Amino acid sequence: MNKFIVALATSAVFITACSDSSDDDDSGMAPYASRYVPLSSTSTLLRNATVLTGTGERVDNADVLLADGKIVSVGAELDAGEAAVIDVSGMWITPGIIDVHSHLGVYPSPGTASHSDGNEATAPVTAQVWAEHSVWPHDPGFVTALAGGVTSLQILPGSANLIGGRSVTLKNVPGRNVMEMKFPGAPYGLKMACGENPKRVYGGRGQAPGTRMGNVAGYRTAWIEAAEYRDKLAAADDGQGEAPTRDLRLETLAGVLDGEILVHNHCYRGDEMSVMLDIAKEFGYKVGTFHHAVEAYKIADLLAEADTCAAVWADWWGFKMEAYDGIRENAALIDKAGACAVIHSDDDLGIQRLNQESAKIMGSAARVGIDIAPERAIRWITSNAAKSLGIAEMTGTLEAGKMADVVVWSDNPFSVYSKAERVYIDGALAFERGNTAVNPVTDFSVGTTTATGGAK
Amino acid sequence: MKRLFIGIATLALTFSAFAETTAIVGAKVHTVGPQGTLMNATIVIRDDKIIAVGSDVSAPDGAVVLDATGKIITPGLFSPFGRLGLVEVSSSAGPADALQRGELFTAGFDVADAYNPRSTLIAINRIEGVTRALIAPAPGGADDFGAVGHVLSGQAAIVNLGDDGVIDQRRAAMVVTLGERGSGLAGGSRAGAWLTLRNALDEARDYRNHKGDFERGLRREYEHSVADLEALQGVLSGTVPMLVALDRASDIEVLIALCKEYGLRAIINGGTEAWMLADELAAADISVLVAATYNLPGDFDRLNARRGAAVVLAEAGVRFALTDGQSATHNARNITQSAGNAVADGLAWDLALRAITLTPAEIYGVADIAGSIEPGKAADIVIWSADPLELTNYPDQVFINGKAIPMQSRQTLLRDRYLKSDSGQPPAYRD
Repeated sequence: MNKFIVALATSAVFITACSDSSDDDDSGMAPYASRYVPLSSTSTLLRNATVLTGTGERVDNADVLLADGKIVSVGAELDAGEAAVIDVSGMWITPGIIDVHSHLGVYPSPGTASHSDGNEATAPVTAQVWAEHSVWPHDPGFVTALAGGVTSLQILPGSANLIGGRSVTLKNVPGRNVMEMKFPGAPYGLKMACGENPKRVYGGRGQAPGTRMGNVAGYRTAWIEAAEYRDKLAAADDGQGEAPTRDLRLETLAGVLDGEILVHNHCYRGDEMSVMLDIAKEFGYKVGTFHHAVEAYKIADLLAEADTCAAVWADWWGFKMEAYDGIRENAALIDKAGACAVIHSDDDLGIQRLNQESAKIMGSAARVGIDIAPERAIRWITSNAAKSLGIAEMTGTLEAGKMADVVVWSDNPFSVYSKAERVYIDGALAFERGNTAVNPVTDFSVGTTTATGGAK
Repeated sequence: MKRLFIGIATLALTFSAFAETTAIVGAKVHTVGPQGTLMNATIVIRDDKIIAVGSDVSAPDGAVVLDATGKIITPGLFSPFGRLGLVEVSSSAGPADALQRGELFTAGFDVADAYNPRSTLIAINRIEGVTRALIAPAPGGADDFGAVGHVLSGQAAIVNLGDDGVIDQRRAAMVVTLGERGSGLAGGSRAGAWLTLRNALDEARDYRNHKGDFERGLRREYEHSVADLEALQGVLSGTVPMLVALDRASDIEVLIALCKEYGLRAIINGGTEAWMLADELAAADISVLVAATYNLPGDFDRLNARRGAAVVLAEAGVRFALTDGQSATHNARNITQSAGNAVADGLAWDLALRAITLTPAEIYGVADIAGSIEPGKAADIVIWSADPLELTNYPDQVFINGKAIPMQSRQTLLRDRYLKSDSGQPPAYRD
């Protein structure tokens, strides 16, 4: 009972604090909209690095100028003007790393049952849920990912369901709530899942789907409903008939059919990805990205033709039957076919080393005579990832005018010894290796470790 | 140059039945043994053994000479923990012989009889340089239906990944699961897991001291089977180390005390907070298998996870091997990534290489046969074009027990089939 009173009192304080600031800029914003405010920054000139622009180019001995949160220019001996000059001779610069597949915040550390918020595994189609409403901003994994150069990331619902819900794209800056982390202007994604997971989760309960054909029937049934909902809404707009009652589940699916929400489809096997492309044809939507896509190399031409990205690991394989045919050259073969290759993590450790995962693929590809230069490989974790998330107009390369999301690496980022030395997000220094005055510490870490005031 | 080199290696493979002696010449050789790193060295292999190595050694008359000028040579890599040859597909498919689910055996369970040297995982990992491995029972854990497995999950073995597929050593370690995971196996408290271990040790000791009476039916019945009690004798005598999965500093303190009390040898697997007790572990001569890249508080046992733990252990003189914490089985090959990251954190390069070659061999008591390039040891040799810890690099050729293995796996075959996309034939009609 006492606890209850304390809770009430706490929320009362919170409400008061909110009403005090009711006249600030946030008040007019739509519910759940991004309330991200970049960290404070000054103009910065990074002097004399090897620069991989993310557009496929490499510029040696180049400077990168950041001002007002944007990339101003990349080139030799730029005029610093008012900017603070930082000598990064011998170092490498890339766009900020983007992970298109993360569960940070929804499956945070520590991974207790109380924190397990990534799968609404209560029905095979849960398009009504939004991953952002599970994101715990105090996950220490955000900070370790930042130290790996990750500046933007997509948080997805898990893969228990055929249609798992909306994803959210974040800037990797700690907030008090998810709205303060949301990437401004990023489109929503829809998580879908093929194969073993949905049929195991529901089949195991004696429910549909229990087979792959059951999976496909499930997607098609959902799209039929969504199309009907969309048509009724459109008709009502034209003054024909009454608008249907608002339905969160169908609203999200209709958003996909309207092209506003991007499809992120967990799918391992080449044959299943091919079927999923046909389902998209049947209902008139586009598969933006296949995730995991362990067999993408078998259908790389189909992916190129459909303009669908394949987000893959370097070498995860064999942990389930649908991952048995994994090969390390997967991304290289996708890239070679002219399709959009992306390296993703799906993992709170792997997200810290997407550069190293890319290096493995470069090495394996070289073994069969496919030479992939650093300036090409970096696209897999920057510009191609930005394309997958629908944010390529804003970030993912070092082109003038884009967000100043930038990583300074101690060395060639594809060396195992290389480290992110400085990470800029919207021009602000969000991380500097070894500088505790700069680097964030999430609330969970305070006092729980010897390094943050806990017991020795 | 590479093409020529591989051609020669293939030749050696073809004639290996006839040529008793092979000399690999011209490379920079990291022996990881007392000879250190040698420039422009010659390694002489006779049958399955190394018979000489040195910069002043010349190829014997009649030896097949392999020119490795400009190459880097290391000992074969030693995967210090995993389930190679016990598992084909981890979840919901294929053989999974690593876990004893029934109640019949605990400590007595021995994975060696389940080892499949023809598993696809063997070739996939050995072409990346892994030549020896510890294969261990799965630790088990709690699932929706309660505990699966046992605190004492059985005996691990050392195998080599050569074509002769031999078990190098059975009963190389007794696998024990404690900490949070052990608590799930022992009624919900880690204290219960410790008690389970103590009870097993006490019964094994009683059995040892009163075996005759037990066999004549004059001693009480034990909770453990005879197979379990027999398997524990090596642990009690200190000849078989316990390979103990735990992470929290407090559990490590309990382990140190228990080892002292019973006179046991232990190896810690995981040991996320071991760096906090580095001096104590060094004094107790307890080794640690470290996942160099693990740096998150995955649970309340691992709050003090950090990068650079291996550096702290090295400075205190703790013996440690590096593991790939994530997929020690299908991707046992990724121990080079673990080692490379440890170097990035400040570990000396030579120590990192040692931690994936000789040190695991020492930890499991097989350093007399493997782990370094020294006369008398098995000829497990990896020839690289450049720094083996860099992920863009890969072996040109791997030798196991003196034989050049085919540098081919199911994955390279699948790759090659789909590289021929312009063949005009469907994949199933390609090689």
